[in-house]
Amino acid sequence: MRYAMAIDTHKCVGCSDCVVACQTENNVPHGYCRDWIVEYVDGTYPSLDMRFQSERCNHCDNAPCVRCCPTGASHIVEGGIVLVTHDECIGCGACIESCPYDARYPHPDGYVDKCTFCVQRVEKGQNPACVDVCPTHCLHFGDLDDPNSDVSLALKDRSWKVLAPEAGTKPQLYFLT
Amino acid sequence: MKEELFVSGRHIPNIDPYLNIWHWQIPLYLFLGGLAAGILFFAAYFVVRGKEKEMPATVKWATIIAPIALVIGLGALFWDLKHKLYFWQLYTTIRFTSPMSWGAWTLMAITPLSIVWVASYMKEMFPKWDWKFGFLNKFEAFVIKYRVPFAWIMMYLAIILGVYTGILLSAFNARPLWNVSILGPLFLVSGFSTGLAATMWVSKDEHERKVLSRIDIVFILIELFLIIHLFMGFMAGTAVKTEAFQLFLGGEFTISFWVFVVLLGLVFPVTLETLELWGYHVPKWIPPLLILFGGLMFRFVMVEAGQITRFLY
Repeated sequence: MRYAMAIDTHKCVGCSDCVVACQTENNVPHGYCRDWIVEYVDGTYPSLDMRFQSERCNHCDNAPCVRCCPTGASHIVEGGIVLVTHDECIGCGACIESCPYDARYPHPDGYVDKCTFCVQRVEKGQNPACVDVCPTHCLHFGDLDDPNSDVSLALKDRSWKVLAPEAGTKPQLYFLT
Repeated sequence: MKEELFVSGRHIPNIDPYLNIWHWQIPLYLFLGGLAAGILFFAAYFVVRGKEKEMPATVKWATIIAPIALVIGLGALFWDLKHKLYFWQLYTTIRFTSPMSWGAWTLMAITPLSIVWVASYMKEMFPKWDWKFGFLNKFEAFVIKYRVPFAWIMMYLAIILGVYTGILLSAFNARPLWNVSILGPLFLVSGFSTGLAATMWVSKDEHERKVLSRIDIVFILIELFLIIHLFMGFMAGTAVKTEAFQLFLGGEFTISFWVFVVLLGLVFPVTLETLELWGYHVPKWIPPLLILFGGLMFRFVMVEAGQITRFLY
């Protein structure tokens, strides 16, 4: 089993619903976020190319945060989801330094926090909150090993890219282009 | 034009717009760790070589600095933790892929050993010293009897500690400025050089200072050589590396690195030390002070600058 997410950059309008849904679902403290939207603009006026994409932890196959964690608080569970055990985390910041995507932050309570793919929902067979709430249905979640999952079907007929593949982290967020 | 903008609003403290999760505590610790490693390495080295009598400051007096530096360094590390009460989780596991984990274990070993080292010389340094308890006297006799094997262990641990202060940074591939394997040997050599500087400052013996000064000149030259290699690697590197290097070539760390670290912290003191060996009079505190200052600045610059560098996507 390998959970992953595909983000359709043609459909995303940058409404930030996914960000708010995540903050509500996961009680993310005020001023922090586990997911965010980036607007990329390329080109020279008048031929500009703009796209929005919703970004979060890439739940990397070769996760540098897990590798450098001195206590084992950062770990990978069934399906490849990268999680942090709060009472094993000492808040040293090594994982924050190690993440090429800056997806982690120190929670005001001391431990390091990040996107969990809403593991509490996924365990019940539901989608992460951001996926369910997206008004343009641009987020696709599921098991890559299942050819009929939402994410597998989304990736089948489209070209995609991942963020900073040269970092060697084998990220599992696929941006449909 | 290429522009990126957070449209959902993202302004997490210490992460946006620039990563700055490690503050002054980390470079201070890296400096103190390297300093203690240097002091302990040369103390142990001269014991192994059987030169205890000729090098009294190196083997005895200067080593008092080591446990103090280590304890202050550990205090700084603890201060930097954001989930402080869980620090003991470090010592429930050994994770070989995490330099911070084996660094924590190395500190756990070398800090008490450095205290034992100093304690075993207390009677020689302060003839009126009395341990008060019989078992402490027995323990002291035991340490003195096995001083040479003890010194060997100390030398290995000091090298691990010195290398670790660099590898701690170079293990993060997300920060291109740090992600260079030469950082381990560079921090080791720099740490040993600061250790020698502190020892020279403590030493009152002309001959001993000359010996230390000679070794220090070699170490500083090696350090300069490694810095040249470091930057050759950056200049010949990929886009992320050349971008990172710009911080030192016209970027915001240009002055602090080339003037404070390289000129004041390395070139100037190595010149003074050479002049001193040629017979010119140089106040004995100036080269060590500059070397210690340069070592501290080097770590501050590397930690601050490295956090800004990132992958470009």
